[in-house]
Amino acid sequence: MATDTAVLKSELAQTSGQFSTFFVGDLFFGVDVLRVQEVLRFQQMTRVPQAPQVIEGLINLRGQIVTAIDMRRRLRLPARAGDQTPMNMVVRTEDGAVSLLVDEIGDVLDVDAATYERPPENIDPAARELIRGVYKLKDRLLLVLDAERTVDLAIGREA
Amino acid sequence: MQEQDQDVIREVLVESHENLSRLDQELVELEKHPKDAALLASIFRTIHTIKGSCGFLAFSTLEGITHQAETLLSQLRDGQRELTPSLISLILETVDATRKVLASIEASGEEGPERFEDLTERLRVAAQWTASPESQPGPRVQAGPLAEHPNDNGSSEFSEGKNPEEGAAKSSAVADANIRVGVGLLDKLMDLVGELVLTRNQILQFNTEREDAALNATSQRLNLITTELQEGVMKTRMQPIGMVWNKLPRVVRDMAVALGKQIRLEMDGSDTELDRTIIEAIKDPLVHLVRNSCDHGIEPPEVRARTGKPPQGRLTLRAYHEGGQVNIEIGDDGAGIDVAQVKQKAVEKGLLRPEQAEKLSDREALNLIFQPGFSTAQTVTNVSGRGVGMDVVKSHIEKIGGVVDVFSRPGEGATVKLKIPLTLAIIPGLVITSGGERFVIPQVSLLELIRLEGDSSEKHIEHVHGTPVYRRRGSLLPIAYLNQVLGLKSAERAEAVSMVVLQAEDRQFGLVVDGINDTQEIVVKPLGKQLKGITVYAGATIMGDGRVALILDVLGIGQRSGVLAESREQARAAAELKTQSGIEQQRLLLFRAGSFERLAVPLSLVARLEEFPRNSIEHAGGYQVVQYRNRILPLVPLRSVLESGAPDQDQTPDPVQVVVFNDGERSVGVVVDQILDVAEEAVAVRQKSSRIGLLGSGVVGKRVTDFLDLNQVIHAATESWFGGAGGSASGKRILVAEASAFSRGLIRGSLDMAGYRVLEAANLDEAIRGLEQQRVDVVVAALDLPPSGSSALLAAMRRRPEWQAIPVLALADSAETVQASAIRTAGFQDCQAKFDREAMLGSVSRLASALASAEIAPACAGEER
Repeated sequence: MATDTAVLKSELAQTSGQFSTFFVGDLFFGVDVLRVQEVLRFQQMTRVPQAPQVIEGLINLRGQIVTAIDMRRRLRLPARAGDQTPMNMVVRTEDGAVSLLVDEIGDVLDVDAATYERPPENIDPAARELIRGVYKLKDRLLLVLDAERTVDLAIGREA
Repeated sequence: MQEQDQDVIREVLVESHENLSRLDQELVELEKHPKDAALLASIFRTIHTIKGSCGFLAFSTLEGITHQAETLLSQLRDGQRELTPSLISLILETVDATRKVLASIEASGEEGPERFEDLTERLRVAAQWTASPESQPGPRVQAGPLAEHPNDNGSSEFSEGKNPEEGAAKSSAVADANIRVGVGLLDKLMDLVGELVLTRNQILQFNTEREDAALNATSQRLNLITTELQEGVMKTRMQPIGMVWNKLPRVVRDMAVALGKQIRLEMDGSDTELDRTIIEAIKDPLVHLVRNSCDHGIEPPEVRARTGKPPQGRLTLRAYHEGGQVNIEIGDDGAGIDVAQVKQKAVEKGLLRPEQAEKLSDREALNLIFQPGFSTAQTVTNVSGRGVGMDVVKSHIEKIGGVVDVFSRPGEGATVKLKIPLTLAIIPGLVITSGGERFVIPQVSLLELIRLEGDSSEKHIEHVHGTPVYRRRGSLLPIAYLNQVLGLKSAERAEAVSMVVLQAEDRQFGLVVDGINDTQEIVVKPLGKQLKGITVYAGATIMGDGRVALILDVLGIGQRSGVLAESREQARAAAELKTQSGIEQQRLLLFRAGSFERLAVPLSLVARLEEFPRNSIEHAGGYQVVQYRNRILPLVPLRSVLESGAPDQDQTPDPVQVVVFNDGERSVGVVVDQILDVAEEAVAVRQKSSRIGLLGSGVVGKRVTDFLDLNQVIHAATESWFGGAGGSASGKRILVAEASAFSRGLIRGSLDMAGYRVLEAANLDEAIRGLEQQRVDVVVAALDLPPSGSSALLAAMRRRPEWQAIPVLALADSAETVQASAIRTAGFQDCQAKFDREAMLGSVSRLASALASAEIAPACAGEER
């Protein structure tokens, strides 16, 4: 466990390398590939009454109970269309595994560190809190999601 | 060979560590009983064993130290010299040095660079001091043969020891029946059992869906074996809390010596068992709390002597099981925690703004000590202030699902209470459904299941001023609806109501759920940090069908729903507060009338309790009356007042129970069904009542009790008897400004009975509004009127010309405060104690008539009148 955390800490430091990508609304996100535990289809969820809005529920991941966070609500985007089922992107955080519910899973991308930039100032505050930076890919922008901040629901609550 | 050596060394290390922790205890014990030969012999043997092992393994430093210590001990054992505290300290130092060297051996296989020459030398000098020359060879001779079999020290040593004990032989026999198992293996087993339990649950579920005799038999067998296996594995991980406490006597002793204090450590319940993961987790917090008590709690002997305490402070450790949890209390009889100082410190450290600090209750202030970066110690001593604070203690305990609480009685000591789950792993639980979701209630909190069928179900649940209650074997049980608590959709109106009766702390309540399924062994899994803040869940588990279900936290549910609005601690804190200030500690008369099982009036209003034979009741002017002390006493049948239309005669017992109330000239008897009790309680009326005849309801003796509005009852029943409100008082309007609804009700009651018209105000603003809206003859204001006392009201009144003439009577909490001259000179016309009814009425009457004759007394009235 201790080494896991150490690995995570060192992963946190790196901003270049490979990214698992996904879509939420029309935003294109990436999470360091080492952080991603697995990607699952939509699972049966157990609702948690009285929980913060962004928490969709709990899933059973082979005996491990994982909290699922709806990224649309986390980013204050409009809700998904009724027929669209989200995907689970299970990421490892310092607090254990957390599932991020996203619209669609993209490819794993190699990015060029030279195209990295700080997030632009005019981005929506709800999203900016959670974005570490931006890679300017050829045809679109890849937003680097800060997984630790994303799962810390205290962040961006008042914004 | 190399590997064998390693094995031998490991054995020696494990054994030496055990020996050393025993040594710590024995030495502290020895200090108390210096003449205990058996104890000395045992200590000697332990040191001797270590020395023997070290000699065998060629650890020369260790051998040197232990050899000198052994020499010293042999002199003590043989009675050649007296044991002194400095000798004990020296031996303890040896133990520490030994431990250090062993740690180094454990880490690197070497003894480490430190040679402890100074210690060895001091030991040598000490040993030579009075030693007779021939005493030294003794131990060496003994050491010889032992060194040849270092691993079978127990028995071989005893065969040579001068005073062999039976206990030792026994312990070696026990040792044969035990094997050492790595903790990692046990943890792994526990995890596997957890998974097995889940799988078992799934198979059982599967089984219920099929009709297969073979599968059924097999799954039953699987069920039994799994349960047994689970119990067995759980047991392997249980350890007595004494394991952690063992080292505390030493800690306390060292602290006491270092701080120049005298501290006696009392331990109660050291055989209380806990899961080893929990034992591990509470080790450091416990040591810290004990240090804290020694350092900050218990005062130096001279201070204690000044405050009339025995010079020796007492530190108590208690551990006991309660409701599936283990409670550990660390209490001292020291100075307690200075709340004012805590607040001041918090302000200094910038944790609070001064105005925030003022508003904090004592209880909240006490909890400040759990804030990071907080220490009330005036000076940082070398024993405390090591950077571990109470905040770390709290976070450690909370991490394992425990709760920390601190209680302080100024001048008498402080107690820290840890509530810790027995095990983190597997618990029995009841599965229920509500709002279409499944939830689990831990079995330990469950008292009984109640099912209310058919039409009667609605009747069974009654409402006491908006709070649903259920009559369970004669007592009222507050009820919460799980759907409401969790904000779930209510189910369709069901045929029957299912209710689980739960126990949280020492309170009980009913929880209405949509359905009750069955009981199951569940594996408790923690919730992610995103859900930690929600107090209604204790965790989650995986059900037989593989889905997740939430485990309810019974205490959290109770608190959220309001049925446990006052937890035990709060009630206790409130009680303490009230005893301090002397308010609202009321003696109450409890009685029963009609369907009201528990009614109360303040005993101070009661003149007498009487019994009249039913045939002595006569009728006069449409009233029931009895002849009583040469007068005619009108009777008010309470039952018919409270439940209009209820038949009153036929069910009243014979003789008739009557509570007689006196009000000046008038006496009234109130007929009740049964007098229950007299209780002394701090009372807060929780909910005001709109029902005629009731002030509101509160909790008396842990049960919901309705408070009678005596004034209304008597007036409603006897208005025409007395010909309306009587006396000179009629028509005068009094404004009662008092924050507490209960006190206000009492004051109002007294004034009403005396014939005044009463306006009520709970704070300054309401009082001003009242004055603006109506003409008021006298203002009765509590000194502690929010927000800033009644002086503010007085000042406001004196600024407005039309109010300048209105006399103001201040009400103080107790007779003592009345004496304070400051109040009399502050501009109030008079001051009386809040619950001195006669004096208050007298004063109001004086002030009201003074106004009438336009001769209002100047500032300090009271005295000369």
